[in-house]
Amino acid sequence: MDILNMMMGQGVVSTLADQLHNLFMLLFDNAVVAGFLMKCVGIGAILGIISVAAIVFTYGERKVCAFMQVRIGPNRVGGRFGLLQPIADMLKLMSKEDIIPQGCDRVVWALGPMLLFVPTALIYAFFPFDNGVALADVNVGIFLMLAISSQAVLPFLISGYASNSKYAFIGGMRTVAQMLSYEAPMVFSLLGVVMLSGSMRMSDIVNAQSEQLWFILMQPIAFVVFVISATAETNRVPFDLVEGEAEIVAGPFAEYSGMRWALFFLAEYANLLSVSILTTVFFLGGWNGPFLPGVVWFGLKVLAMVFVFMWFRWTFPRTRIDQMLAFSWKILLPLALVNVLFTGVGIYARQWM
Amino acid sequence: MNEALGYVHGLVGWAFSLAEAYDVPSLIGAGVFFLFAGLALLFACGVVFLRNVVHSALSLTATFICVACLYLSIDADFMGAVQILVYGGAVAVLIVMAIMLTRRDDMAHSNPSRGLWQHAGAAVVSGLFLLGMAAVAVLSPFQSAPQPLGDAAPGLADLMLSHYVLPFEVAAVLLLIAMIGAILLAKGAEES
Repeated sequence: MDILNMMMGQGVVSTLADQLHNLFMLLFDNAVVAGFLMKCVGIGAILGIISVAAIVFTYGERKVCAFMQVRIGPNRVGGRFGLLQPIADMLKLMSKEDIIPQGCDRVVWALGPMLLFVPTALIYAFFPFDNGVALADVNVGIFLMLAISSQAVLPFLISGYASNSKYAFIGGMRTVAQMLSYEAPMVFSLLGVVMLSGSMRMSDIVNAQSEQLWFILMQPIAFVVFVISATAETNRVPFDLVEGEAEIVAGPFAEYSGMRWALFFLAEYANLLSVSILTTVFFLGGWNGPFLPGVVWFGLKVLAMVFVFMWFRWTFPRTRIDQMLAFSWKILLPLALVNVLFTGVGIYARQWM
Repeated sequence: MNEALGYVHGLVGWAFSLAEAYDVPSLIGAGVFFLFAGLALLFACGVVFLRNVVHSALSLTATFICVACLYLSIDADFMGAVQILVYGGAVAVLIVMAIMLTRRDDMAHSNPSRGLWQHAGAAVVSGLFLLGMAAVAVLSPFQSAPQPLGDAAPGLADLMLSHYVLPFEVAAVLLLIAMIGAILLAKGAEES
């Protein structure tokens, strides 16, 4: 009963972390060393989450796709359900030849996929996975997170440029147009959430949702705008104009093979997970929920959002680049701004009531 | 087991007393600061000396990001985030896009070295600038903050929307005018 109370009060993950911290204190008898080791464990855990997510999502995406198209999906490697399919995929990727295109800008070309992974992994430091479980719960969390995630544009552009290929270059240009124009509605839709919770710290936003309602109920327009622009930010169907294999081969990835291509792939799934986590934190109440421990609720909500994003991918056809840019600037951005206005009026009205 | 633990404890304690004696924490802080400062200078040199103008632009982006890391390392989270978002994100992409869209030929030697006179002029101008900056840095009375700043964003917001609301609005109007001008230029003349 004691353990149960502790788990409900503090959360499983932070209890575990405390135990580990005690162990390090026992081993080294020094708070600085123990704190440093705990940060290292946290970084390792985040990289582990990203890698496991990439493995699970490759399999999940194929199964969801098969389910949507009334097929069976992977069913050969690893039993009836094809559970070892992601491992087979990975072995295939690792054994592929590393082709370097002629006339490419060697250094920049090689740096592209590596640089892409840096901001993608860096923003995981700000996510509150459970009550009190975040690597860096800084007071301008949302702002810093948006700033860092906006750095993902340039690696796409430089790998498109450095590949010395027309398709890759067009893909890189499209990335810039798409990601920059969908960043504006995304930021403005989050502004409503920040106004309601009165803080840019991520854990404060989740706590505000346990005191008030979940923000999906209080900010439905912001939720819709955020989910649409998050789909565009992760370059997934119906907004995968960057990749657009029917139009520009594979865009910026066209000239990459083997593990270099796999890094783009990893970044895409890491992005999918991070936008699902963001949706959960900002709109679905984060770790809040009855009966189960916080981290389980968090995981369930995140996986539900991942399924929603996969659902989008296999039900909507790809849009045209001019249509999608017009959609962002002419519909989503005004909607987000109107939402900010109404949120402000609502907060002001509630103060007077 | 206990003996081994005691040995480890002794080792860690000894290492930390040594670190305290040589003031290692402040050395690490200074080391991080000078590491990012040095990297920023290195990339800034890259902007000038790289042969390929796209490489120069990317090097400029790296300089921006190193400066942002400097801000973050001195606890100016908000400034760091603004630096990354505005310079590292928007300005860098704008510069790289402009270069890529305006040059059609080979990029390999697009940033050639100039003649002797330009070198001399550049040296004189940058020397004077360095002198001026050094004079400002030496003469200005720097003070350390009385207490840690803490959450900077609410204070900034209060100042911007009360005391500095006029400059804030003027800047907004200026940006709007610039945007309308850019749209007019991009749209071109009326085709009638």
